[in-house]
Amino acid sequence: MFKQNHLCKISNKKEIAPGIIDMRIISQEIAQQAKPGQFLNIKCDNGLNAILRRPISICDVDVEKNEVRFVFQIKGEGTKLLASKTIGDCIDILGPLGTSYTLETKYAKPLLIGGGIGVFPLLMLAKSISAQNITAYLGFRNKDMVVLEEDFNKVCSEMQIATDDGSYGYKGYVTQLMEEKLKQGKTDIVYACGPQPMLKMVNSICKTYAVPCQISLEQRMGCGIGACLVCACKIKSDSAWEYKHVCKDGPVFWGNEVMFDE
Amino acid sequence: MKINIAGIQLNNPVITASGTFGFGREYGEYFDLNRLGGICVKGLTLTPRQGNKPPRIAETPAGILNSVGLQNPGVRYFVEHEVPFLRQFTAKIIANISGNTVEEYCTMAEILSDSDIDLIEMNISCPNVKEGGVAFGTNAGTVNNITQQVKKYCKKPLIVKLSPNVTDIKEIAKAAEDGGADAISLINTLLGMAIDINTRKPILANNVGGLSGPAVKPIAVRMVWQVASVVKVPIIGMGGIMTGEDAVEFMLAGASAVAVGIANFVDPLACIKVLEGLESYLHKNNIYDVKEIIGKVEPN
Repeated sequence: MFKQNHLCKISNKKEIAPGIIDMRIISQEIAQQAKPGQFLNIKCDNGLNAILRRPISICDVDVEKNEVRFVFQIKGEGTKLLASKTIGDCIDILGPLGTSYTLETKYAKPLLIGGGIGVFPLLMLAKSISAQNITAYLGFRNKDMVVLEEDFNKVCSEMQIATDDGSYGYKGYVTQLMEEKLKQGKTDIVYACGPQPMLKMVNSICKTYAVPCQISLEQRMGCGIGACLVCACKIKSDSAWEYKHVCKDGPVFWGNEVMFDE
Repeated sequence: MKINIAGIQLNNPVITASGTFGFGREYGEYFDLNRLGGICVKGLTLTPRQGNKPPRIAETPAGILNSVGLQNPGVRYFVEHEVPFLRQFTAKIIANISGNTVEEYCTMAEILSDSDIDLIEMNISCPNVKEGGVAFGTNAGTVNNITQQVKKYCKKPLIVKLSPNVTDIKEIAKAAEDGGADAISLINTLLGMAIDINTRKPILANNVGGLSGPAVKPIAVRMVWQVASVVKVPIIGMGGIMTGEDAVEFMLAGASAVAVGIANFVDPLACIKVLEGLESYLHKNNIYDVKEIIGKVEPN
């Protein structure tokens, strides 16, 4: 039985913040297979304007309705074309692809930390965790960019929003909130997704407090399935380090494997 | 649909372009690799290479720039771990090699000649490595010399892959043929650059990279046509082939086979669709043998 790309109908679409699109599609295969942290590789255009697919993380799935939700930011030509699709349109999707966050029941006190568009894949993760006490710290640029607050509130026992300019919630970086939490010793694993400087900080704080962390990396991709080797990331290995690939070996890695020195 | 390239019979003229298909495993999850005429694998070097720093890809109008820098596990690992996998299929195995020195190319040709592969493609045109690479491919004398040297160690047919970053492709192709090339493949990527206007920095960590995709197709078709007018050996044409019609264009220009590159990234079934499109063209035009269209362009 060969894998295939899926032609999926858009069931819902909404702009939830300036340039942030919340899209839902119907796909039994993807909805039933998807795990938190995985991504979809979406063909945004049939012409040659955006020739490569765009990797977009899965935000949530409704297994009853076979609905898959992904949220993305309009950044360039591809995402602009994707955002121009309307309900009822069909889009060509490869997925689910990549590794997922590892959910182990031994972790009873998880902390989820997301920055910007890195917040989106953490919602499915929060819903998939069986622990009772889930903490989520979500960082955004400003009040206008805050999204998914209610969704996270429903599944997390503690949730805090941080904004860079202090226009909403805590003023500052989520990593500052995270460090306070780790100091209290009430966290046994950290799951992170966000911009590279944030992930680097998360990794370093987790190391200081000896808390394991899993982080989701981002890199420009070509094929999305591990053949073209463009989405390289530096991962520790027996011979010091090696380039692994975000699309197939990741996007989720254990923090202690990742090298951020470039 | 059978095609003969330097004594090796391919089930059909559709091959994967090196560097876009790994060692076949990933795409083998999407379709039956037996349907391919040939699989040209990820570029190999004598010792393993980590490749260049990321970002290694940038999208450009109707194309992409890449600067992977030949990340690969080395030729010996390939022979031991990847050839047995690829050998399960009827698609012919084309090993693509790159070296820093003539001696490295020779050593690789020797190692591969003793392995269970079908053809060797010598890449003297990679724009993404500091040593060797394109430096070997842009001078007729050097191309002739390296082809002659490597031929001495080759017990398999040798395909020489040419760089388009030259003034006169005909001269280079002739030099390769005179040096003993059994076939010629063209084109490799064109050297290009893309800049992020907000950060004012090049998108690729390597600053420059190889341009491929539909953007380069007219250049590739032109070069195949020009080369076909001066060499007798078969030509494998590549550069932006996305559909069966594109493949037909290359074959009319003079290619005996075609290689599909970044179309694989867009659609994992691209090679199969190119093959079906080619078959459909032949059917519509009542052509029974694909060989009948090779070089049949009628210039104005």
